Amino acid sequence: MSYIHIENAGKTFIQNGAQFTALSDVNLDIEKGEFICLLGPSGCGKSTLLNAIAGFDPVNHGSVKIDGNEVTAPSTKNVTIFQNYGLLPWRTVIKNVELGLESKGIDKKRRKEIAKEYLKLVKLENFANSFPRQLSGGMKQRVAIARALAVEPDIIFMDEPFGALDAITRMKLQDDILDICKNEKKTIIFVTHDIEEAVYLADRIVVMTPNPGKVRGVITVPIHHFRDRTSGDFLLIRDKIFDLLQMKVEEDIEYTI
Amino acid sequence: MKKLLSIKYVVVSILILLGIWQLAFTVSDYSSALFPSPLMAIQALGEMIADGTLIASIAASMYRFVIGYGLSVLIAVFLGLILGSLPKVFNYVNPSLQLLRPISPTAWMPFVVLLFGIGDLPAIVIIFIAAFFPVLLSTVSAVSKIDDMYFRVADNFGIRQPQLMWKVILPAAFPQIANAVHLALGSAWIFLVAGEMVGAQSGLGFQIIDARNNIRADILLATILVIGLIGLLLDFLIGLLEKRILKAWGGEQ
Repeated sequence: MSYIHIENAGKTFIQNGAQFTALSDVNLDIEKGEFICLLGPSGCGKSTLLNAIAGFDPVNHGSVKIDGNEVTAPSTKNVTIFQNYGLLPWRTVIKNVELGLESKGIDKKRRKEIAKEYLKLVKLENFANSFPRQLSGGMKQRVAIARALAVEPDIIFMDEPFGALDAITRMKLQDDILDICKNEKKTIIFVTHDIEEAVYLADRIVVMTPNPGKVRGVITVPIHHFRDRTSGDFLLIRDKIFDLLQMKVEEDIEYTI
Repeated sequence: MKKLLSIKYVVVSILILLGIWQLAFTVSDYSSALFPSPLMAIQALGEMIADGTLIASIAASMYRFVIGYGLSVLIAVFLGLILGSLPKVFNYVNPSLQLLRPISPTAWMPFVVLLFGIGDLPAIVIIFIAAFFPVLLSTVSAVSKIDDMYFRVADNFGIRQPQLMWKVILPAAFPQIANAVHLALGSAWIFLVAGEMVGAQSGLGFQIIDARNNIRADILLATILVIGLIGLLLDFLIGLLEKRILKAWGGEQ
């Protein structure tokens, strides 16, 4: 069985007395070390699926298994990075990075060394003693990435992590995250609504559609990192996604005389 | 420059206040024994400082204040953190709190004196009540308003109770708690005087009653001035502390 195995997974809520299906009948297998993007418009259930795999909000139909174990609660082995960073504003940057190490019973000196090492990795070693509010959005997200990596997780979940950043900062962080992933060999599940971002980052893209949220198709991106956003192959993959999302202008018109 | 300006405002403002007082003294027909001038009050103040009664009164009042206010804040924050984390329990506690909250602390006074007699305790109890409800309710509301994301982060990194309390809940709620603690200081100080006027034989509140009994309006007004000054000073000090803590918290500046 594959590393992450999702079978007939569904999530329903009772909302104002009526049943609402956020996610329906998802089947998906993810291998170790893959970079997966969950892509779709809002309401397609991509965040619901992410929260289910991360254990914050388990599914109520079917099953989600990581390494053969059913997911029922968040695990310290898998870390989630949020769109609004999730940094604790009362802690300095380095203390934020140390957060996950504290409950692992690592002693103070070692914690600091590890935190420094990962801050260096995200090029923020000079901001160790700053507070989050003194940093830009992109820097905050890099702190969150350092904090996630510091606990040496198996899987990193990212819920629209670059959604609050401007386009140029976003592209830089996309390169950073690819760079880091290449070296650290993590499994990454990345939620986004940005088609180009998905094509740029993912090994495979899970395209999802709303009402009810379900998987429309899975596209493999057979291009090497780092990808040229203007190359023909890149555009071809984009085209496939537009197709799946039915966002293409109908070209062939049928005539009946 | 900013500091200089604010000193200017303080001096002018106080001078205007004293001017109005002096003017009222000059135009009124009351005997100066009943309605003394600012100068007479300041002379009385000098007299109280010289014979040591002022220091003794301030010491007695501050003792009660520190104990009553300190205990009240500690217990209210502690209970607030617990009740805030247990919303289902709070649903059962809240109606009683809402019933007790609007009762003026002074309304408890006769009852407290009956139970504990005259002395330090009634004033301490009044101060305790005055600070308790606002701090408790603010703490509960601060805890309930904590962003769910912080709990997700804590959950993800394996932070559970009791660490969750002091690593996440207390710091996340702290700015709002500090604000409530600051506001409660003012009302606690107000009710200290009320408590001492009825239930004590020493302190600033008692000194006001004592001055009235001896028909020493100059001492009475001098004591009122001192109460105002100490209130101002306490507010200033806790304001400094609040700013300093918030800065260390990295939340606000």
